[in-house]
Amino acid sequence: MGLVRLYAAVAVSGFRRYATYRMATAAGLFTNTVFGFIVAYTFIALWNERPHLGGYDQAQALTFVWVTQALLGAACLIGGGFQEELQERIRSGDIAVDLYRPADLQLWWLANDLGRAVFQLLGRGVVPLLVGALCFELALPRDPLTWLVFLLSVLLGVVVGFGLRYLVALCAFWLLDGSGVNTLNGLLSIFFSGTLLPLAVFPGAFGEIVRMLPWAAMLQVPADVLLGRHGGAGGVAAALGFQTMWAVLLLAAGRSVQAVATRKVVVQGG
Amino acid sequence: MADAPAGVLRRAGEGVHAYGLIVGMWVRSTMAYRTSFVMMALGNFAATALDFVGIAIMFTHTDTLGGFTLPEVALLYGTTSTSFGLADLALGTMDRVGRRVRDGTMDTLLVRPVPVLAQVAADRFALRRLGRVSQGVLLLAWTLYRLDVHWTPVTLLLLPLMLISGAVIFGAVFVAGAAFQFRAQDASEVQNAFTYGGTTMLQYPPTVFATELVRGVTFVVPLAFVNWLPALRILGRDDPLGLPGWVDFASPLVALVCCALAGAAWRAGLRGYRSTGS
Repeated sequence: MGLVRLYAAVAVSGFRRYATYRMATAAGLFTNTVFGFIVAYTFIALWNERPHLGGYDQAQALTFVWVTQALLGAACLIGGGFQEELQERIRSGDIAVDLYRPADLQLWWLANDLGRAVFQLLGRGVVPLLVGALCFELALPRDPLTWLVFLLSVLLGVVVGFGLRYLVALCAFWLLDGSGVNTLNGLLSIFFSGTLLPLAVFPGAFGEIVRMLPWAAMLQVPADVLLGRHGGAGGVAAALGFQTMWAVLLLAAGRSVQAVATRKVVVQGG
Repeated sequence: MADAPAGVLRRAGEGVHAYGLIVGMWVRSTMAYRTSFVMMALGNFAATALDFVGIAIMFTHTDTLGGFTLPEVALLYGTTSTSFGLADLALGTMDRVGRRVRDGTMDTLLVRPVPVLAQVAADRFALRRLGRVSQGVLLLAWTLYRLDVHWTPVTLLLLPLMLISGAVIFGAVFVAGAAFQFRAQDASEVQNAFTYGGTTMLQYPPTVFATELVRGVTFVVPLAFVNWLPALRILGRDDPLGLPGWVDFASPLVALVCCALAGAAWRAGLRGYRSTGS
């Protein structure tokens, strides 16, 4: 029980830390909304040419645009998150102090990141989606259950994103300066999560492969859950199962890399 | 009175010299982590290239977007990417002003005998941003080769004029954004809407966007002068607002006005600066 309380406290502090910067949140909201408008118009132009591209009608395509903007902060779709901070601790050697603590390094950062994600979903997600719904015709579901499943899918997506970013952060044990891998991580995420274009629009076999990769769990799956594109309960369960599989695999990978990396620290510190 | 312009020129010269020295320092510092630098320059190149891959994927499903073909969109894309890339390379790190105001390190810059603008502009100069410029230039070269337009001496002259004016306009937006951060320290992200958002918008034909939006980026934040208006002239198309023809050549003038306004905003911001005292 004590451990649950500990990680809950870490999550709350992650939430409160981001909640402190109200101006930054407002600025982010403004930028997300502006981008939403720009992308929405380009999608309208494309869907005017090809009305059922990727199996979306125009309202669904526009919903995808605004869901993307709403999840941009929470799921770190174009970069951001905790990894720079952890990398700096690795580079400076502060990580040795972290490893002394009676808390698990991975769970600590996961709790912290979930707290951040919840704040960014509320602080930076709700308004763009509302603005989008007011200014464009969106295909948002009326069923509260769909929204609940959507939130669950977003949570799983954030955990998958965390799993990837944790691996990226640990690269600092070998590279010391993590900015290169962070950039690479941002790029992969922009392209393979569906932030740039819905993965449903990617052509042929390439599209098939892209939709199997972990990044698809970050945006494409939650968006499709909201749009009701997975069909009945079975389809939704399969989609959530896909996300859970990647979350478990990536967290396990993070754990193994952490084990190797911390052995390395002991060697250096000895 | 006579020596006033000379004084201004001398000060500008000092600023540029100091800018060069600080930039040189940061370049040497960047090269200390060579692997990371290479990865980040490539990443910067790829980040811009990805945007174009997105557009190219769109064009696998359609022949025209807003009535424009792929090489035509590529001209818009290449010109704004080059202009924005140059401005981003030279001034892109100015969005750290807010952080400096917050943590009090702005004071250090004020006591040095070098123009503050030059120091802030060169602060943490990021050579990796060459990646974005080179991507823009490469794409521009490809589209000029592919594009089927009738070049005249006028349109040939318009091309470099557009690239330089565009870079200056984006540069002015960076300076104005930095000036704004003296007041709203945490709000540095607002300027991303105008810089990154602006260049994203300019990658697409104006016909794609609602008329009010096009009007906004013509008359309020004059980004339409970066590439839309001159590029439409090169492509032999009418602009959707039906502006008079001479407007297509007004970019250098607009760029100068933007610089004057951004300069005034910067001086006002700096005058209003109060140290955190820490």
